[in-house]
Amino acid sequence: MSYANQTIWGYRRENGRVGIRNYVAILPLDDISNAACEAVAAHIRGTIALPHAYGRLQFGEDLDLHFRTMIGTGANPNVAACIVIGIEPGWTQKVVDGIAKTGKPVAGFWIEGNGDIATVAAASRKAKEFVHYASEKVRVECPLTDVWIAAKCGESDTTTGLASCPTVGNMYDKLVPLGLYGCFGETSELTGAEHLAAARAVSPEISEKFMKTWSAYQKDVIEAHKTSDLSDSQPTKGNIAGGLTTIEEKALGNLEKIGKKVKFIDVLQPAEAPARGEGLYFMDTSSAAAECCTLQAAAGYALHIFPTGQGNVIGNPIMPVIKVSGNPRTVRVMSEHIDVDVSGIIRREMTIDQAGDALIDSIVRTCNGRYTAAEALGHVEFVMTKLYRSA
Amino acid sequence: MSFTIAICNLILMAKIPHLLVHNRRDNVGVVVVENLAAGTDMFCVVTEDNSDFQAISNQDVPIGHKVALQDLAIGDTVIKYGEDIGRIVAPVRKGDHVHTHNLKTKRW
Repeated sequence: MSYANQTIWGYRRENGRVGIRNYVAILPLDDISNAACEAVAAHIRGTIALPHAYGRLQFGEDLDLHFRTMIGTGANPNVAACIVIGIEPGWTQKVVDGIAKTGKPVAGFWIEGNGDIATVAAASRKAKEFVHYASEKVRVECPLTDVWIAAKCGESDTTTGLASCPTVGNMYDKLVPLGLYGCFGETSELTGAEHLAAARAVSPEISEKFMKTWSAYQKDVIEAHKTSDLSDSQPTKGNIAGGLTTIEEKALGNLEKIGKKVKFIDVLQPAEAPARGEGLYFMDTSSAAAECCTLQAAAGYALHIFPTGQGNVIGNPIMPVIKVSGNPRTVRVMSEHIDVDVSGIIRREMTIDQAGDALIDSIVRTCNGRYTAAEALGHVEFVMTKLYRSA
Repeated sequence: MSFTIAICNLILMAKIPHLLVHNRRDNVGVVVVENLAAGTDMFCVVTEDNSDFQAISNQDVPIGHKVALQDLAIGDTVIKYGEDIGRIVAPVRKGDHVHTHNLKTKRW
């Protein structure tokens, strides 16, 4: 099928980006502001708090990543308006100013000198105002390809490489040439397929950038900290139960996600917004589901496609996550978690092309407002990536 | 004529494989049915070109797990997707279950 004229109903934001959800986010700058943010969210209906574990005494590249993730989360087009609460005004204002560049309503509050109770009262009053603003927004018809779509797989097994990842790849092969922004990551999990990934870069320059990023992860993260061959971590226990034996085998299945034809046009730092226009991007991320999804949402991706074999249950608070599985047992025993059943592929009852169309149908419906399984089940995993210990 | 081909395709599609192989170069395939019993004469399909063959499974093998398509000696490379996925660390006979007990990564 051709999707050249496919449209969805989304929220066109002040900066032109298209969102498919309409949240008023209550964003803590730091761990100690979580309680105030959760109090505001409990008080004002239609808001969502995004508690997390970090934001104090970070420095250098790790601090840059913290700010990029905070600002990017508030700036995501699924967020209509944002309240930022921090312990002190300096860093709080930095996040507010970053989010304000999108043109959306944003306001900052700080606790030092005010206390939780006064801060929660002031932030609640502003949050109520933002909820009125957001709840009057109406969905408008937008091209499907205006919705940025990221992907990452988890609790993979051998059916992932046979069915669910090729389904995602088929979707990218169909939609990226029409102008979609795509994204894949999981740097360490391309080990064994890194040569094939590098060959899918759009130019020798980007291929080299990819290999430099992959090698740095090997050297600075894996080799620097490993105490074994990682056979208890990567592949995971779930991967092994599902029949995956080595990282090479897992990586080759993982890479099926980027399809057969599409080339990636740039290598992004964690949470970095794509800046080379429409196309597929690689982002340097860990392979842990919540960390990767949080980084992709912070880069501006509005929807996520998550192929799973054994049944990872991941969700994200601001970015809907569509689960695709090709494992018939998982589809049966964990049915409440699976949005798109492509197990017909391994029975040879469904082609990859048909599976890609079924996924795009689910994408359109999700964009139009249908809850994903993870949304209905309340999965709101928001996990910051931390590069090293704080000062 | 085309009707006959359509019927043949329907019969072919209706036959559910026990084992899928990504690439003709692969020396392992993946069990894609639940409760595969030792001694099963498996219907095997190569996904890249839809060619098929038969092979016997030597053990009960869970869905998603691999079966060797040829004898493999210690040090041999296991090929899947037409690519290197690791080395054999214990002798394997054609039809044996291949997993962490006889296959290890070459990385890390």
